[in-house]
Amino acid sequence: MSKSKGKKFWEKLPAGSVVLEAGSAVKFKTGTWRSMRPRWIEENCIQCMFCWMYCPDMSIKVTAEGKRGEFNYEYCKGCGICALECPGRKGVKAIVMEEEGK
Amino acid sequence: MTTKPLRLRELAKGEDRLTHGHRMCAGCGAPIIVKQVLMATDYPIIAANATGCLEVSTCISNFTAWKIPWMHSAFENAAATISGIEAMYKSLVKQGRIEDKQVKFIAFGGDGGTYDIGFQSLSGAMERGQDMMYICYDNGAYMNTGIQRSSATPFGADTTTCPAGDVIPGKLQNRKDLTRIMAAHGIPYVAQASPSHWMDLMKKVQKAFEIRGPKFMNVISPCNRGWRSRTDDAIKLSRLAVDTCYWPLYEVENGVTRITVKPKEKKPLVDFLKPQGRFKHMFTPENEWMLKQAQEYVDKQWDLLQKEAVFSGGEEKVEDKPEAAPAEEKTEVQ
Amino acid sequence: MGKIVAVTGNEAVAEALRQINPDVCAAYPITPATDLMQRFSGFISNGKVDTEMVLVESEHSAMSACIGAAAAGGRVATATSSQGLALMWEMLYIAAGDRLPIVMPLVNRALSAPLNIHGDHSDGMGARDTGWIQIYSENAQEAYDNTIQAFRIAEHLDIRLPAMVCMDGFIVSHSIERVEYIDDDKVKKFVGKFKTVNPLLDLDRPKSFGPLILTDLYHEYKRAQHEVMTKVAGVALDVAADFEKMTGRKYELFEKYRMNDAEIAIVVMSSAAGTTKDIIDEYRKKGVKVGLIKPRLFRPFPFKEMANALKKVKAVAVMDRADSFGGYGPLYYEICGAVMTLEKKPLMINKIFGLGGRDYLPDQAEYVIDELIKIAKSGKVKTVKEYIGVKE
Ligand SMILES: Cc1ncc(C[n+]2csc(CCOP(=O)(O)OP(=O)(O)O)c2C)c(N)n1
Ligand code: SF4
Ligand code: SF4
Ligand code: SF4
Ligand SMILES: [Mg+2]
Repeated sequence: MSKSKGKKFWEKLPAGSVVLEAGSAVKFKTGTWRSMRPRWIEENCIQCMFCWMYCPDMSIKVTAEGKRGEFNYEYCKGCGICALECPGRKGVKAIVMEEEGK
Repeated sequence: MTTKPLRLRELAKGEDRLTHGHRMCAGCGAPIIVKQVLMATDYPIIAANATGCLEVSTCISNFTAWKIPWMHSAFENAAATISGIEAMYKSLVKQGRIEDKQVKFIAFGGDGGTYDIGFQSLSGAMERGQDMMYICYDNGAYMNTGIQRSSATPFGADTTTCPAGDVIPGKLQNRKDLTRIMAAHGIPYVAQASPSHWMDLMKKVQKAFEIRGPKFMNVISPCNRGWRSRTDDAIKLSRLAVDTCYWPLYEVENGVTRITVKPKEKKPLVDFLKPQGRFKHMFTPENEWMLKQAQEYVDKQWDLLQKEAVFSGGEEKVEDKPEAAPAEEKTEVQ
Repeated sequence: MGKIVAVTGNEAVAEALRQINPDVCAAYPITPATDLMQRFSGFISNGKVDTEMVLVESEHSAMSACIGAAAAGGRVATATSSQGLALMWEMLYIAAGDRLPIVMPLVNRALSAPLNIHGDHSDGMGARDTGWIQIYSENAQEAYDNTIQAFRIAEHLDIRLPAMVCMDGFIVSHSIERVEYIDDDKVKKFVGKFKTVNPLLDLDRPKSFGPLILTDLYHEYKRAQHEVMTKVAGVALDVAADFEKMTGRKYELFEKYRMNDAEIAIVVMSSAAGTTKDIIDEYRKKGVKVGLIKPRLFRPFPFKEMANALKKVKAVAVMDRADSFGGYGPLYYEICGAVMTLEKKPLMINKIFGLGGRDYLPDQAEYVIDELIKIAKSGKVKTVKEYIGVKE
């Protein structure tokens, strides 16, 4: 490949608009879309991992042991699926939805 | 390759092959489906994707949410595109130019890209015996262009091209039963799945990947935009679709039909319809006939499916919501 | 020297494909291209090639499968005609936009309606804006030679664009002619091993093909695509020079026939050039300074070189075997575009001929040359666009 210095902007575009960096969407932070914010109440959590399985935005972190971690607020869109599906402990939810910025 | 166990805690340690940062609407069902499909297996996967919500939202400019090789070319040709990719793989392996890494080939398409405009290309690929799996995420309309009717749109639904008016109360035709049409192709494996029943879905994917030849899976994909429901109810609605037998979970393996999840108690269809704004007009007194007709259709189809399961020799496995309990032991499959 | 054979155009191109041995082909039957892929399928069935054939259910799927296969990373070919090319239309742009070096023999045929299976250039001309390289061939030998060269041009690392190699339906595809084949090993060496660029099959570096590109970048991508096209002519000439070394057969961007001192000229493509040359010879005997230009590389069009070739000519007749209804013939526009840069522009007329396989006969060429003589003398053009060979 010839030097990219001195090249025009359009000359540096990848041929055929191929995206060369897999998973580069992580640079796009969708957390700003959120109007409702999920909050995890750890003591009510039974570690069923349903929230993790059902999150459309892969926004529930997992610890090295495969346990539920915190929300990833950089990407969480606040849809509330996790909260609705959370069985919680004895019927008491481990996720509640709250208004963003409250 | 041995089929990996479907234990949530083990699965959770794996890497996401579809990343966050995609731009599907909050609460969309489609990325949940894709994530479950990709998670079901450790085989390398290469995917083609038809134009539609999933495609435009997962790969924009130089942002791609895919960590697998992925290709979009047009709307009606995901099956043909993946056929070409698969053919090249086969050719290069045969010539010894690349190593056979047991790559699995998937085409993802929306209902519009599958039931309608892409149907010919899908049917052709299936008939040719292409070694691939086609997965339709069926949200029941052309969502990406603004909720127009497709042949997957259910009876009664209010869409932008069949708006519920005073004279015509929404879509007057039943949805095309594509899963059965695909089964009629006589391909080795056809299934219907729902993201609510993740284990059932993932087992089907696992099973499909152990079969050579063409496979088809139809997955209900809630769309809160088009269905006019809440952003948090994608899983609830897909579960209700199963529980009302609107969307039965079954598979057709070499001609044998098996209902994989049979609801303990079949719920009335209105439980599925009521939370969705697209069916709101059906709940007025003058449109009562629509509810009745919709229920009758579901009953008839469900009845047919059960008969077919018995007739074809498929044992009816009663397995109500296997993921209702976090028990890990019983979730292991081989 | 290679083997001399008597074969049809289709047979010759199928033979070229056998020698090149593409990794994947997709095919769907359409007259007059059917026979080409049929013959090639025979090579597959008899183990003469390694090609994986995808026998699709439509030309749209044929091109889609070619696009998938080419992105996957290997050598790809298909062939079609007429309605088949029309059905591919959407995908042609995608093959070019994705920069995939697919090679496609196009056996030129008329477009419906009315339905007609015979040769004209309506199909190819309809695809001229798709971003494909287009090379037109006069006879079976040229179709064979151009097919071999097309792989080198399309797959060149500075280019990576799809290419169509055109020949006239039936007139060339189904007529038996003398063709000189090149030895297998020479063809293989000439075309070389396929070099991958961003192959989708590379599992260690997953790529995404076909993103949504918004208003912020689309224009730039097209600018870049245009730039690549500007490099094609140079590459085509380099490839032709290598080809000449191998075979002694010379190819240029267009052929000039008795143009040195020509005062009037006919521009015509493909098989019709043959008949025209014979008539030109007769007029030359009578002292008429007439020459011929036969475009070979139609896309990208060599405007500068064409202008240069026509700069001393007083009158030019551009012969189109296709029409742009409500406009002039497509080739006419190109020639007009070329001569625009000349200080002294020739007078130009446009003849539409041979649609749907209508015979192009010597008297039509004579008619055109006679008119050019008059125009050159009078300096006046009466009718710019005219259909010739029409029953009146
Ligand atoms: C040939 C062609 N026709 C129409 C379109 C416009 N179009 C793009 S996406 C789309 C709807 C997709 O619907 P579906 O397949 O159901 O996927 P969804 O958006 O609902 O996920 C349409 C009509 C197109 N891109 N190409
Ligand atoms: S609110 Fe939605 S996006 Fe956020 S973590 Fe819960 S399921 Fe995921
Ligand atoms: S769904 Fe609720 S209980 Fe289960 S892991 Fe998530 S937060 Fe914990
Ligand atoms: S419109 Fe519907 S299908 Fe499309 S991204 Fe939004 S929720 Fe998903
Ligand atoms: Mg849809």
